[in-house]
Amino acid sequence: MKQTKLLMNMPITVEIVDQLKSKVIFDKIYEYFREVECRFSVFRKDSEISKINSKEIEHPKYSHEMKEILDLAEKTKRESFDYFDIERNGRLNPSGIVKGWAILQAAKKLEADGIKNFYIEAGGDIQTSGVNSEGKKWQVGIRNPFDHTQIVKALILSGEGIATSGTYHRGQHIYNPFNPTVPLTETVSITVIGPNILEADRFATAAFAMGKDGINFIENRPELEGYMIDQRKVATFTSNFERYVKQNVFA
Amino acid sequence: MKKYFASILLIVTFAIFVVFQQKSADNNNGAPSLASTDITPSSDSVNSNTSFPQSKPNSSSTSSTPNNSTNSSSTTPQTNTGRYKNGTFTGTSADAYYGNVQVQATVKNGKITDVQFLDHPQDRSRSMMINNQSMPMLRSEAIQAQSANVDAVSGATMTSEAFIQSLQSALDQAAN
Repeated sequence: MKQTKLLMNMPITVEIVDQLKSKVIFDKIYEYFREVECRFSVFRKDSEISKINSKEIEHPKYSHEMKEILDLAEKTKRESFDYFDIERNGRLNPSGIVKGWAILQAAKKLEADGIKNFYIEAGGDIQTSGVNSEGKKWQVGIRNPFDHTQIVKALILSGEGIATSGTYHRGQHIYNPFNPTVPLTETVSITVIGPNILEADRFATAAFAMGKDGINFIENRPELEGYMIDQRKVATFTSNFERYVKQNVFA
Repeated sequence: MKKYFASILLIVTFAIFVVFQQKSADNNNGAPSLASTDITPSSDSVNSNTSFPQSKPNSSSTSSTPNNSTNSSSTTPQTNTGRYKNGTFTGTSADAYYGNVQVQATVKNGKITDVQFLDHPQDRSRSMMINNQSMPMLRSEAIQAQSANVDAVSGATMTSEAFIQSLQSALDQAAN
């Protein structure tokens, strides 16, 4: 059973393969994402993060969830040579870590209810678990950043998380007037597979900010694999990435 | 005394061994090379279509991912002729987490004819630090469309929120 709802300004899809005692579980998951949006959206004036930025809330009064996210952001900053930094111009924007974290928390809620076979996707970031409705491992595509109706890779995942960071406008004829000599090898997107969606998401975000060096950064972390696409339509991928690739079999 | 010298010798030998190990490890940490491509990139690799979002009457969505199209009604311009004034409008700079996104929309004959990015994230200063860690074994290939059926698709939506926010503020100024 599969549902998609629009929350946090993006489509969120939950597919559950296991026989359900009650469909209420879907409502529970979407309610959770709604709470996350209310707490962390920098586009909402009444969110906790906005109130922190406007100094309406002081540190001792931060929620447990907020403290967890801020700790995770600090950890990721250290691990990424300061590339991952949620603070800009004195304001905090934790959206580069909240999505993956929220998907993982939602996945834990499903597991706590005894659900083993499912996936949760929010805005292109996915946590897989168990198998699909055909009893096979989940098959996940990497979207072609130059043609969003296509995929450029089919991967086989079961339990891993996969996240893609990128800007679709770089695939178009865009230049930065302040820096018109942007090299043609500019990174368009980087996809990261990790032990769970939180790890995949936070490192995909950090790696993308590193430009074409991002894939080296992923290579240097043994628990991660990555697939980076540049403007020449060339992909560069890590040494063990191919173990996730679905081999082309005529079926 | 003999024991004393023997243990000194052991310690010194060990120290030399450690220093040697570190040195050779350092030597291995040379600049990594992307396993260089023997692939000829396709010649049409840069999409020269500058006008995004291209406005067409009744085109319901200018969003470029199928997923995003679901929320297009509230956030992307429905381009009925005459809805916007002619001119060039600069949106606010919106935080896209790893940098700012700022767009400039051009309207002609009531239609959006061009959207340019005035600012998008750039940061290349710390390359050496990342690259010098170890010697990666990266590989490359030309990307190729796959025909496989999949359960789900991973793709980037990272800056879409900031993009929409900046574009919306440009269009607010253009609105008749």
